[in-house]
Amino acid sequence: MGAPDMDSHDANPAHEAGSVYDGLLTEEADGHWAFGTSFEDPLAGVDTTVPDGVDAGDLAAYCLMLGDDALVLCQRLTEWCSNAPDLEEDIALANIALDLLGQARLLLARAAAADAGVAPPLPEGSPVPPEDALAFFRAEREFRNVRLVEAPNGDFAATITRLLVFACWRMALLERLVGSRDQVLAAVAAKGVKEVAYHRDHAARWFVTLAQGTAESRRRTVTALGTVWPAAEELFTGHAVEQRMAAAGVGVDPGEVRGEVEAVVDQVLAAAGLERPAVAPMSGVRGRQGRDGLHTEALGHLLAEMQSVARAHPRGLW
Amino acid sequence: MVSLTEEVAREAAARVVDPEMPMLTLADLGVLRDVAVDDEAVTVWITPTYSGCPATATMRDDLVRALQETGFARVEVRLRLDPAWSSDWLSDRGREALAAHGLSAPGPAPRHAGPVPLTLAPRARQVRCPRCGSAGAQLTSEFGPTACTALYRCDACLEPFEHMKEI
Repeated sequence: MGAPDMDSHDANPAHEAGSVYDGLLTEEADGHWAFGTSFEDPLAGVDTTVPDGVDAGDLAAYCLMLGDDALVLCQRLTEWCSNAPDLEEDIALANIALDLLGQARLLLARAAAADAGVAPPLPEGSPVPPEDALAFFRAEREFRNVRLVEAPNGDFAATITRLLVFACWRMALLERLVGSRDQVLAAVAAKGVKEVAYHRDHAARWFVTLAQGTAESRRRTVTALGTVWPAAEELFTGHAVEQRMAAAGVGVDPGEVRGEVEAVVDQVLAAAGLERPAVAPMSGVRGRQGRDGLHTEALGHLLAEMQSVARAHPRGLW
Repeated sequence: MVSLTEEVAREAAARVVDPEMPMLTLADLGVLRDVAVDDEAVTVWITPTYSGCPATATMRDDLVRALQETGFARVEVRLRLDPAWSSDWLSDRGREALAAHGLSAPGPAPRHAGPVPLTLAPRARQVRCPRCGSAGAQLTSEFGPTACTALYRCDACLEPFEHMKEI
């Protein structure tokens, strides 16, 4: 019910008991609506015991790395909503973003379940679950994604080129993670492989179409490759956490997937009539890169937009 | 009063429909994995179709409500992530229900011994138009209005239709 001075204009007696829509809402069934779905744990009832001999802090950090990659690219892809070249592509990019969001939620929840200390503290009484605390209340330097995913979208060719490189790399990682000693990571990876296979095919087909399309689409694709490629080297630079998790049989040393990823990318480049560009890799700062929390300016802007509503309402229920 | 047996719980859970494709029950979709009863408490295990499936929370709420209405005082819905959901889990009744409602049912899910190969050409599928029954159809997009469908257009009747993806 609104404020009394507003109600006095409403002469319809049916509205006296409240909104005419009140009957549609019940305590148990509000999940039917786009609002008031409440929070749900993506790992409800899942055994999240940390495997024997595995450092919980390392496992949490590792899950944040893979989760942040998915979350940040998801946010970038959703920027295409209503802006893609056609309606089908709008829906395709939104679907890919949704898959990545699902993977991110599972991985952030797995991080918090392994080590509750990774989630930032929230005001007393806040209903925000750990996965949301991690997504919406961490600062830029606490994000551990590779810098490839945070750059602005650029044009459609740049978006597709980045998605291609990312999907080829993530596919190789997830295929190996299916054998992780951590059963949660193994299950998330097994599902992710099926999803990323569609993402990779979609990006690869578009890449070839654009490269072999008009002179303008080819020019843009060549430019995109030159823009995206410098950030690719970081994908294969194993952080100490990744190497320790690989040694523990839980994670994957990304250096090991280089050959396989480059072979798939080369296959697409050959179909596109292009070659890997000879460009210098993006530099870090004193050896620090995205996995260390060192990011480009673009991530700060992305997070400001993504986090502003949640930060304004830390006790909010959605 | 209905006695609160596991069979009663299973039947109640199996009647709950998918919120996005209500012609399918969660059992037909293969999402409903297990039901266990301990006294008046019931536990239901479901396996989400896709990592980001936005219908999962609604499935949980609908299962809780259906079982509470059946008489179970305590209902817990747990997720089972392993093994991952496959379109192969769709029941025969579910496939018929999809076709009856204008959706094309999935073929066999791909299986790979080694790494999943890149597919540059559109996936080869035996798709039949659920409206006119014609065998010729063009893929419009591998991504449709829900996470689990692709979009096709029939060559004969020119109508667009959804195809549940193999996964």
